Amino acid sequence: MTTLAARESGTRSRARTPAPPPWLVGAGVLVAALGLLPIAYLVVLAASSGESALALALRDRTLGVLGRTLLLAATVTTASVLIGVPLAWLTVRSDLPGRRWWTVLGILPLVIPSYVGGYAIVAAFGPRGALQSVLEPLGVERLPELYGFPGAALALTLFSFPYVVLSVRGALLRLDPAFEEVSRSLGRGPWRTFFTVTLPQLRPAITSGALLVALYALADFGAVSLLQFDSFTRAIYVQYRASFDPTLAAVLALLLVGCTAGLLLAEFRLRGRARYHRSGSGAARAGALVRLGAWRWPAIAFVALVVGLAVLVPIGTIAFWLVRGLAAGEPLNAVLDAALNSLVASGLAAVLAVLASIPVAVLAVRHRGVLGTVVERATYAGFALPGIVIGLAFVFVAARYLPGIYQTLPLLLVAYLVRFAPEAVGVTRTSLLQVSPRLEEVARTLGRSPGAVLRQVTLPIIRPGLAAGAALVFLTAMKELPTTILLAPTGFDTLAVRIWSATSEGFFARAAAPALLMVLVAAASLVVLLRQDRDR
Amino acid sequence: MTATIERPQVTMRGMTAPSDQPQPAFRTLALTKRFGDVTAVDGVDLDVRRGEFLAVLGPSGCGKTTLLRLVAGFERPDGGGIEIGGRVVAGPRRHLAPEHRRVGMVFQESALFPHLDVAGNIGFGLPRGGRDGRIAELVALVGLAGLQRRMPHELSGGQQQRVALARALAPDPALILLDEPFSSLDATLRSQLRGDVREILRSAGATTLFVTHDQGEALEISDRVAVMRAGRIEQVSTPSELYLRPVNRFVAGFVGEANLLAGEVRHGEVQTLVGRFRAESGSLTDGTQAEVLLRPEQLHMLPVDRLSSEPRAESVLTVVRRVFHGSEVHHVLRSSSGLELEAATPSSATVEVGTRVIAHARARAVPVYPLDD
Repeated sequence: MTTLAARESGTRSRARTPAPPPWLVGAGVLVAALGLLPIAYLVVLAASSGESALALALRDRTLGVLGRTLLLAATVTTASVLIGVPLAWLTVRSDLPGRRWWTVLGILPLVIPSYVGGYAIVAAFGPRGALQSVLEPLGVERLPELYGFPGAALALTLFSFPYVVLSVRGALLRLDPAFEEVSRSLGRGPWRTFFTVTLPQLRPAITSGALLVALYALADFGAVSLLQFDSFTRAIYVQYRASFDPTLAAVLALLLVGCTAGLLLAEFRLRGRARYHRSGSGAARAGALVRLGAWRWPAIAFVALVVGLAVLVPIGTIAFWLVRGLAAGEPLNAVLDAALNSLVASGLAAVLAVLASIPVAVLAVRHRGVLGTVVERATYAGFALPGIVIGLAFVFVAARYLPGIYQTLPLLLVAYLVRFAPEAVGVTRTSLLQVSPRLEEVARTLGRSPGAVLRQVTLPIIRPGLAAGAALVFLTAMKELPTTILLAPTGFDTLAVRIWSATSEGFFARAAAPALLMVLVAAASLVVLLRQDRDR
Repeated sequence: MTATIERPQVTMRGMTAPSDQPQPAFRTLALTKRFGDVTAVDGVDLDVRRGEFLAVLGPSGCGKTTLLRLVAGFERPDGGGIEIGGRVVAGPRRHLAPEHRRVGMVFQESALFPHLDVAGNIGFGLPRGGRDGRIAELVALVGLAGLQRRMPHELSGGQQQRVALARALAPDPALILLDEPFSSLDATLRSQLRGDVREILRSAGATTLFVTHDQGEALEISDRVAVMRAGRIEQVSTPSELYLRPVNRFVAGFVGEANLLAGEVRHGEVQTLVGRFRAESGSLTDGTQAEVLLRPEQLHMLPVDRLSSEPRAESVLTVVRRVFHGSEVHHVLRSSSGLELEAATPSSATVEVGTRVIAHARARAVPVYPLDD
């Protein structure tokens, strides 16, 4: 009896971790403070104007922006769920012909940054767009109005519904088919089984995907600004451009941050709980495919329409304008110039973000305690800050205290660091969790100081993770639009800025080549991200 | 920097050690560690002689791993001290970092550096330059000659633990710490490896502190075993002494199978279901209650139908279950009052389930534990 109790041991609970060395704390706190700087400064700015900040927040115009933003987010999210859930189910659980291809095509829209998508939609369906130039000889003078809510909602839905597909697809693949089989054997038909057994188990995945879509819709700047819909991000930008008084812009930014922070919190909560919904570990046995029968045709029509709008239209539009531009002698060397700028800024941002992620991740993983948690959470604050907010905060800080560094590359890099450090910390943290602390302890007993252990043991082991983190930040920074618009040195146009400004001015052919490059960059970042996910 | 820990009674105790005994290679004095309200290590005094192999045995959560981590320097004690090789490494106002303690550690998971090959792992703790000779020596010692260039993932579990041991031995540490190093291996490999590890450590002359929850393992390869419970050391003895003369009921039950039979003390003897017993040491007060320890192999069964006369009803036991252990068979016996006992016989002489027997022991003087109330 006693021997049995003794045998099942092996695990041990350890309450304390040793105190981190001071240099590590210093570096971690610096990164965390930088992450909190934008939000802190916006609060100071809004508060310093006294009660007028509250008055500004409650003004009709502000509330109008809030209402429009929430309406846009709600519409985009609902539409994405209505598209994403059926698409995921059809490609995972039905005998839809060509499921493999539809799966890839259904995720592919993620590689189209919102401003490229916005560009494609304007350049395809807008006034003087591709569709009209094709229809003009037939006597069509005007297309239905695209700018404003319909265009913005369409663009955001088309390029964010794959988040729902990905998360529901994952849940469907993990779903133990035994649940459905039990339900069928207990006398429930396929439809009742789907609605009473399958769908409830998908709910966490649907919610999690929907939250990501909502976050995307709230924070997006590119599509709403190109399609001229006054949600928060565009209103902030317009306000900043129009007047020198930063208070209203700061108030708008804080309201937006309030919305994104609320969503993120909900997402974290949900993710914590979603773990319990998994049934067992390892690869689940695949369930039997549902035969669609005659339903096959409407199903194919549905996925073809979605994929057509979200993949073929943008690619086709870019190709159309590229060919037309080349024919008209559009110069390509300007593209190379912008590509080089993108490369330099993103490369430096990647190195900085990964370096900054190391002390934060080590503190969070190896020295779990109040300090480690606070530092980690503060860094993650960047996740809740849309690019336009970070850009705006650094513009104000620089204009007020350090006019010398305003519109210089270092300031842009610091803003990039705040924006992308959370991604790098996430990857570094995951890699670090896979390294047993015993390895570091063994190295200590073999005569190494904590710093030497980090250099000679920990970092060499997590090198692949660090490289993946750098690649991820590099590719994400390439795509970054709002921070770059606000902070890039004058004349330092990146690909993203080039696409945006050309589209704003109606030069669709000039935007085509950079847009094509950007789609390739985004595709590469998706590959890195999915690989990282798989390794986890 | 003094050579002893600055606590009067502790120093006294250290100095009163018989002079013919060699200086201990390692000792702890009143070592204490608390986590919040829980005292994980509670005033532990241990000493290990040079070249000795001492096991710390205890159930999970008894504090043995914390003890090991205190010795290695990964935790700071809240009281008491630690000496390694005559040098105080932890004590009041003194905490030597792990890298300066000259201890070698082997964990349950081998914890080989995945980015280094076998030679790189073994040489990690050696000074740059002139590593090769020592590495070759150790590779030969642990029987892995020819595998220097293998990466850790290309080794079997047993080979990995051999490399981990070689890595720990390489810088010639004053003390080797083994933290359940065999428990991640399967049974056959485990028993072979522990014999080999013991032999390697013996030939290297290493002083070893070995933490385990597996009593069989501890008894098999240790010079001495310290039984730990709830942060305290209950007994430190040789394996046979521990089995034959456990100091209390916990040790008796934890090491080997134990029958503990309660009874009243009369005429200096405990009256039990299976006979009267004298205390092996100490004296007993008449009228008090006490328990005697009888190991299963000390209990003998006699079937009732072979007795000349019917025994008293309360001393009759029924065989309710048999457990086959290879060379012997354990019989679970139940009395009319519901008490269960275990008796062992050679496999060739078992008694059928359902047989009514009486049990007796030949021993007269056995370990006896007074019951307090």
